[in-house]
Formats: sequence, structure tokens, C-alpha cells
Amino acid sequence: MTTILCRFGELFLKGGNRHIFLQTLINNVRAAVRGLPEVKVTAPHGRVVVCVPDQARAEACSRLERVFGLVSISPAASLVPDIDAICAAAVAEAQAAIERNPELRRSFKIEPHRSDKHFPLQSHEIACRAGDAVSAATGIPVDVHEPALRVGIEVATQAAHVFAERRPAPGGLPAGVSGRAVLLLSGGIDSPVAGWLAAKRGLAQEALTFHSPPFTGEKAKDKVIALARHLARWQAVSTLWIAGFTDTQKRLRAAGRPELAVVLYRRMMVRVADLLCERAHCGGIVTGENLGQVASQTLTNMRNIEVAGKHLILRPLLTYDKVETTALARRIGTYDISALPYEDCCSLFVPAHPATAARLSDVERAEATLDIAKEAADIAEQAERIVL
Amino acid sequence: MIVYLDNAASTPPLPEVLAAVAHAMTDLYANPSSAHGLGAAAARALAQARSEVAALLRAQPSEIVFTCGGTEANALGLLGAAALARSRHMVVSAIEHPAVLRSAESLVGKGWQLGKVAPAPDGRVSVESVLASLRPDTAVLAVMLANNEIGTLQPVAEIGRALRAAGRKLHFHVDAVQFAGLIPVDVETLGADSLAISGHKLHGPKGTGALWLRKGARVAPLWDGGRQEGGLRSGTENLPGWVGLGRAAGLCLQDPRAGVAVAVLRDQLESLVMQAIPQATFTVPATTPRAPQIASLRLPGLPAEPLLHALEARGVYASAGAACSTRTHGPSHVLAAIGVREQDAVLRFSLSRLTSESDVTAAARALREAVDEIADVVKVRPRGTRP
Repeated sequence: MTTILCRFGELFLKGGNRHIFLQTLINNVRAAVRGLPEVKVTAPHGRVVVCVPDQARAEACSRLERVFGLVSISPAASLVPDIDAICAAAVAEAQAAIERNPELRRSFKIEPHRSDKHFPLQSHEIACRAGDAVSAATGIPVDVHEPALRVGIEVATQAAHVFAERRPAPGGLPAGVSGRAVLLLSGGIDSPVAGWLAAKRGLAQEALTFHSPPFTGEKAKDKVIALARHLARWQAVSTLWIAGFTDTQKRLRAAGRPELAVVLYRRMMVRVADLLCERAHCGGIVTGENLGQVASQTLTNMRNIEVAGKHLILRPLLTYDKVETTALARRIGTYDISALPYEDCCSLFVPAHPATAARLSDVERAEATLDIAKEAADIAEQAERIVL
Repeated sequence: MIVYLDNAASTPPLPEVLAAVAHAMTDLYANPSSAHGLGAAAARALAQARSEVAALLRAQPSEIVFTCGGTEANALGLLGAAALARSRHMVVSAIEHPAVLRSAESLVGKGWQLGKVAPAPDGRVSVESVLASLRPDTAVLAVMLANNEIGTLQPVAEIGRALRAAGRKLHFHVDAVQFAGLIPVDVETLGADSLAISGHKLHGPKGTGALWLRKGARVAPLWDGGRQEGGLRSGTENLPGWVGLGRAAGLCLQDPRAGVAVAVLRDQLESLVMQAIPQATFTVPATTPRAPQIASLRLPGLPAEPLLHALEARGVYASAGAACSTRTHGPSHVLAAIGVREQDAVLRFSLSRLTSESDVTAAARALREAVDEIADVVKVRPRGTRP
């Protein structure tokens, strides 16, 4: 069996709500490792511990590295709290670590932590004994100030853990502790990143995408589904709603001057998201909008779009440069999916010269020619729901 | 209802082919190289398949090398000849399939010089321009028989004759992937050294192809190993696939008039479209020699991909001559070479022996409706004014 020690950060700061945060984190960890054979998740004081058979270790680590709220994880040897066993494990872990990365040979340090104060040796004595053992077995010098390799030893009443690897986890807050939101998801680069960032701050999300057959094909739809599935691996979204937009889009296009079209479409998307918020008990809408990136993303037009709905609109990418968004998309693994070529839901319907500062009265006059509330209700009603 | 007019992309395998593949997988599982009776049975089936493919090309069975598809057959013909060449100049037509074009380009970094012969606006390279691009040290020439996007036939036999008349000693490779199957091929008359075909373009299985290599012509294998296929293609034989390809080739031969019948349907489709949609034009003039199965039509000012989806919604499956509907895509190298504007849709309807007259009328009707639907939307943004 491998024991994976999972550390969390900010949760400690959350005072009276701490137990709620912790419970959500534990639930998310359980969900992340669900399906692995003989997996066990426990939560002793101050951390979450996952036990899996050795052959599931790599898969468990890669899943835990995607759990928001965790700051780092360490696969560890788990043993009875006995100093000889601890020293042997420290040697084994150190040797495994320098085999993975020979640069760690430069120097090492033992970092002991003794929560069982009945253990016969004190922390610095544990460090001396284990340090001597590692030094003798590997020949690596000790450097207590800037070691290349850190071997952690944690001694509790029931068990001791020894580890030499700390893998970073994404940090943030456990998805769900900040509430629920609807994510407007397209096949582009930005909106998946926005959803990831929102999840990082603890939002659980349901994704909503718009599909305009025949102007968008099956492959464009599959691409959004693939993006949603990828976000689900980060526990950023749990559900994807696919809303048919063609007929409404045509009517909106005919309702006003061509340059208003984009604002009209976006306002309709917000209305549909609003209805889904109510249906799915969500408190806000997350979008990939970015200040000044395209014509609909001016201050004036964002305001025009926002007032069409009742819910708070969150724009995690508001101030990101395209290079920053792209770099993050690559890091979280959505970029390669977003870069597929299929026509997106609105690119055909976009006028040559969209208005950068539409007058709200013009927009509302155009909408007054349609039964706007019914259009939104019909779209939301007929949306297809995919549980990811 | 499915009206499948994307046969240049892939054809449905015929029931006889499926049966032959299933039989080979079920009963002929032994390795054809094995010494026992089961191996002998497999080897006999392979020999039979080789004969059928040879017959399709009017070649000798010993001249056929089975491959995993058209791309490998082209690579073996082209790169295999290049590996044995004494000089390092190659000429290809500018409208070759990427299997040929990119293989040729891959040699440029290895000391080769590459000449590309541009087509005339009718999508054909002329014999004169091919000859003019040859140098004394040209070692390899590749020209396709039928272009996969626009269907134009290239004057391969004329080029072969001219090469012979000029006494040129170079390796002449021909990509016949879009040609073989409907029109009889006679490799003797082409004056070529190697010729590539693909199984799934003639109702055979995917993952199968063959290279005809003229007796006496030489290519180097792309990799080494157990030296199957006369040492040119190591790897245990794909017996079920190649038996299926053999059966498909045999069925093509049983239907020698198929190309004529398909051309009649293709012409019918084109004239129905021209009647129904005034703005539609031929991508290349209808009088150009063309492969019988390919109708390439240009729809000025319309985006291709949405048209395809609108057709699909009506049960008609076709392809874009170029996927130039999104900002990330330019027109294909073929369409660019014949001067098609980026803002025009070029649709490719490709027929097969299985296409019926009702398919053709349904497709024309569906295209009329699809054009109406899409034109109604795109008038918001004239495609020509896109930034």
C-alpha cells in the first residue's frame, strides 16, 4: 500500500466555517479517487490521507494533483512508529528520490515532525538518527539551510510516515465551498480557463454552451463536450447543458441593425444562463470575457449584456492578456482541445463591424420586436443535459 | 435517409469484401510465412489477392507490393526511389495529395532540391511544363492520375511517352489512389515506374493499399525486418485486409463500365445543381478531363462548412473542396493553385458505383435548400469584407 499525504492551505484561515471547508475538501478528494481499487480516504488532524495499493499510486497522485484546496501531496511510506524502521524507510525514500532526479545528490536534510509526544526520541534525535543512516547509505552531505533533498518524517501514535517527494497541487479552495455558478462555455480558449479559475476559488459549476446547427457541426459540439469533460477532471464542472440557438439567433439577427447582433446574442445567452441558475440553484454566471478583447467586451457592452440578467456575472479573465490565458490553458490541458479548428457557435453570425458601444435603448428596441422572455425560456427548456 | 456522396474520402466496403475479410480473419489466421498447412492456406489466399490487384492494374502479380494504405504506397514509391537515386533533384506537380507532396518536401532538408509544377487554371499540369521543369539530374518525378479535390485528370500517359521519347532515366511515380476502381488502369501504357492505390477508395477495407512496381524498377524499403513482400515491406502480412482489397479489386474488374455510368450520374448532378442554383459554377471547366466520380462546385461568397452541415441535416454527406470556412484555415493548396478565392465555398460531391439517380436528385434539392438557408444568414457579413 502507498499512503499519500495531502496538505491543504487556506482552509486554516476560515475560522468558524473551517469544518464545512474541510468536509467539502474530503468529499472532493473522495470523488477524485473514486473508482480506484481498495482506496481509503481518512482525515486525521490537519490533513487528508489517501491509501491505495502500490500499482494505483501514479494514477491516484495525478488525480489528487487536480483537487482544488490541496497545496501539495506526498506519496509516503507508512510504517509502525519504530526508529529502526523509520531510518530504513528514510534511506529507501532518499535513494528512490535521487534515482528519479540525480541532482538531488547535492545535499539533504531530515525534516522530522513528532505529533506523538510519547515517542521515545525527540524530533532532533529522530533527525540525527535518520540523517546518519541516509548519509551512510548514500554519501550525500547534509545541508540544513538549503538542502536539495528534503526527507520528511512524521511520527503519530498509530503510524509513522516517511517521504522525500512533495508534488504541488493547485491550491485555492475546494470546489463547492464558494457556491454554485453557471459557466458559459464555448469551444474557444478563454471560457474553459475562466471556469478553471472560478473553480480554483471554490465555485462548483454547471457549464452551458450554445449550438447553432447547421452553422455549427457535430465536431464543434464534440469539442465543447471534450472541454467540459476535461474541466470535470478538475471538478470544475459537473454538468454540460447544450442549448440550441439557431432559430433565436436568426430572429435576433433580423431584429436589429447588424452591428447590434453580438450584443443581442450575448444578452440572450445571459438570459438563458439566468434561467438555468434558477433551475440548478446557482448564484452567478461565469464567463470568459476579457476587457477590450473583442467588440462586445468594451465597458459599455459588458454593461449592456450584464443588465439583461439578474445574476452576478463573474469574469475571471477580465484583465488577462491573451498570452497569459493561453499559457494557463496549456498548463491545465484545455489548449489542445480548444485549438481544434471547427467553426464556433457564433463566428458566422458575427457582423463585419460590430458596435463597440451599443446604445441600450437601441438594443432594447430591437428586442421589443420579439417575445424575448419566451425565446429564453424555450431555449432553456429544450437544452440537452449531459452529466459529465 | 443517407445520401453518401463523400466517396473520394472513403467508400463503403461491399458485402463481398466484408465476407472475404471475415473469412480470412476466422479461418486464415495462420502466418503466411509458416511452413505448415495452415500457413500455406494463408499464403494461397494472399497470392490470390495479389493476382486480383495485379489484374485490376493489368500488371504482373510479382509487381505488386501490399502496404497499409495509399500514403504508404506513395511513400514507398517516392522515398524508396529517392533513397537509391544518384542525383538529388525531384519534380512533383503542385496539386499532389499531401502523401506525395509532404514526402517530397521532407527530402528538402536532406540535400534534395524540389521542383513543383503549377497547374493551369483548369487544374491540369501540361506535359510541356512538366518536361520544362526537368533537369539533367532529375532523379524522381511524381504526377497523380486524378486529383482528389477537384477530380482533374493529369496527362500521365503523355508524360510517360514523352519521357521515353526523350530517353529520360528517372523514376516516374504515379498516385492513382483517386483513379483506380472506376476506370480501367493499364500500367503498361502509362510509362510509369511505380503506381499507388488505396483499398478504401474502391470499396475495400481501410488500412490497405498497394504499390505497383514495374519489373526492373527499384525502390529501397522504408524499413527493414522480416523482409515480407519481396523484402520491400517488412511486417507480418495484413492478410484479412489484403484479401479484402483483392476482393474489392476483383469486383471492380467485374464492372468495367462503372466509370461511364458514374460519369453520367455526376453530369446529371452538376446540371441539376446549375439549374437550381444560378450562382453555382464549376470549379474547373466541365470540359476538362475529370475523374468520373468527382463533382467539384464553387458557390461564390458562401462558407463551406455550414453548407456541409446544412446538407447533412438533409441527409446528404459531402466534403468541402477546402475547409476555408474558418479564420484559421486558408484554401487548400490545390484550390489556391488554381486561383479559387478564399471567400468562395468549394464543395466536393463524390459518387461511387453504389450511387443512384435518386441520390443525385436528392443531393441537388438539398443543396438548393442549404444554399438558401446559409445565404440568408451570411448576408449580414459579406464574406469578402472580412478583416
